Amino acid sequence: MSSSAGAQGAPIKSTGLHIGEPAPGVKKVDPIIVADNITRTFGGLTAVQVEHLEIPRGAITALIGPNGAGKTTLFNLLTGFDKPDTGEWTFDGQGISGIPAFKVARKGQVRTFQLTKALGLLTVLDNMKLGAKGQSGESLARALFPWFWRKEEQAIEERAIELLTRFKLDAKKDDYAASLSGGQRKLLEMARALMSEPSLVMLDEPMAGVNPALTQSLLDHILDLKTQGMTVLFVEHDMHMVRHIADWVVVMAEGRVVAEGDPHEVMANPAVIDAYLGSHHDEDLGNLDTGVMTAIKELADDDADERKE
Amino acid sequence: MIDWILLFSNAAQEIISPTTAAYALAALGLAIHFGFTGLLNFGQAGFMMLGAYGFAIATLTFGWPVWAAILTGVVASIVFALILGIPTLRLRADYLAIVTIAAAEIVRLLFTTNTFEPVTGSANGLQGYKGGFEALNPLLLFFGENDLIGFGPWVYNPYDWWVRIFGWSLVALAAFITWRLFKSPWGRVIKGIREDEDAVRALGKNVYFYKMQSLVIGGVFGALAGMIFILPRAVVPSNYQTSLTFFIYAILLLGGAATVFGPIIGSVIFWVLLSFFSGFIARAVEVGWLPFLSNVQAGQLRFILVGVAIMVIVIYRPQGIFGNRKELAFVK
Repeated sequence: MSSSAGAQGAPIKSTGLHIGEPAPGVKKVDPIIVADNITRTFGGLTAVQVEHLEIPRGAITALIGPNGAGKTTLFNLLTGFDKPDTGEWTFDGQGISGIPAFKVARKGQVRTFQLTKALGLLTVLDNMKLGAKGQSGESLARALFPWFWRKEEQAIEERAIELLTRFKLDAKKDDYAASLSGGQRKLLEMARALMSEPSLVMLDEPMAGVNPALTQSLLDHILDLKTQGMTVLFVEHDMHMVRHIADWVVVMAEGRVVAEGDPHEVMANPAVIDAYLGSHHDEDLGNLDTGVMTAIKELADDDADERKE
Repeated sequence: MIDWILLFSNAAQEIISPTTAAYALAALGLAIHFGFTGLLNFGQAGFMMLGAYGFAIATLTFGWPVWAAILTGVVASIVFALILGIPTLRLRADYLAIVTIAAAEIVRLLFTTNTFEPVTGSANGLQGYKGGFEALNPLLLFFGENDLIGFGPWVYNPYDWWVRIFGWSLVALAAFITWRLFKSPWGRVIKGIREDEDAVRALGKNVYFYKMQSLVIGGVFGALAGMIFILPRAVVPSNYQTSLTFFIYAILLLGGAATVFGPIIGSVIFWVLLSFFSGFIARAVEVGWLPFLSNVQAGQLRFILVGVAIMVIVIYRPQGIFGNRKELAFVK
């Protein structure tokens, strides 16, 4: 089990992250990201319209919401993969709105993708080495002269192998990343992101397409990030996972932040139920999406179980 | 009767011919673009043309020495790469393909048009630019101008040897540089971009800048190839049609797209086969083995046979001769 696991195997949650009552846009004690007035429209559709959002430092924050809520769009905006129509935000106190993705990554904010982007025809080890920041051998002029970067390369390789061992991928280091299973690719992508020694790790649906056997190990790795002092922000549909590991939950619907709070309280928030079920859910259940219904039911059950314990 | 010895010796000559070297170098440039970076450059003929004309015009019009003429061709190709790259490298890969194929044709038509005839020689092209290069020939210290040197099928005068030595040295140097680059962290970033540029961007690499560097290096190799290409012949604009780019692609696929030695060996095989086929068919028509073909038709048949040979290779050995079989197991 992970080092952050508590006595009963449940992870230790960070608390006291916010100032005042939990509400959309609530102030945080120590925010790592502060965003204001972000909007992004695609033609006539407003995909994201966030007035104020703060992400707490050193905690695991989940970004949830029904399909089309604008979670991934917000992710893309914050990481520089997309440009907003309006909005300003800071990372670690520096304004990073509108700067290109590679510069955002260099500042220590690294992301993964919903559809895993393992670099198939590079070996697992090369995938890892690519993640390291500030390599002098990556400049064209010095690339031709190995004596400039050989030492650095060795240090990077050692660090890569150490991380691969932690993620149990060390046996695969010389294989092409394309030969890995879907779950292993997720692990590789996360490990590769860690090579850049980030302060904020942003995971876009880390559990999508991962088989149950790997789920626990992935969860442990995410919890490990927190123990090592990193901040985690992730988008996820798997509510069990959200409740299990998140310290703070931000709920989005139709591009807006509709609720914030700790995972237990936020699920009981009427705005969240509205977001998932529609605001007229108690009038007509005929067209209900059964998947969402089950998810909500499971959550309620889980919550009840956990309270009993 | 067919003179098999002559056929084989003609084919063997192609192994070290300067044309083979020129195609090898152009294919190596394309390997950097297409094989390693994933840039679809369909305008390699344009880069070669700029190298060739840059060299010839600097010599003839401006009377510059050889080194300055070479530099002119190289600078022209760098400028061309920047013009192509700045607007298109931010877009999807297919846009570069469209732009390069069009730009190469624009370059060819500009050099062909009568407007610039005093400088470009229009459709007749240029000649008489070889003096400076000839004068540098170190072999003239030991041999007379018309001495024949060599053995077996490879017997040439000192100028022809000098062109071959120069051309293949350039190929060797370019291959060494490429090999070094793609064993370095720089090469790793480039190969990462080929696989998925967003992933590389998310790791803090300036993808646009790397793609530009790759486009420039491959383009400079193309320009140098263009210079080797014109040393044994004249500069003629019709040599640089789109088909030239496709022959270079054929060589690249033959040898293996993401390899250093593939393009070089691919070029040798391509030219040896082409020479052998054309010689064989021409003789076969002469002795009446192919009564249904005229001599003119026979001249075209060699390209059909080369096409078939390339199809066979691409179907049964799609990674090329030097490509890694393992790599191919995962091609989507």
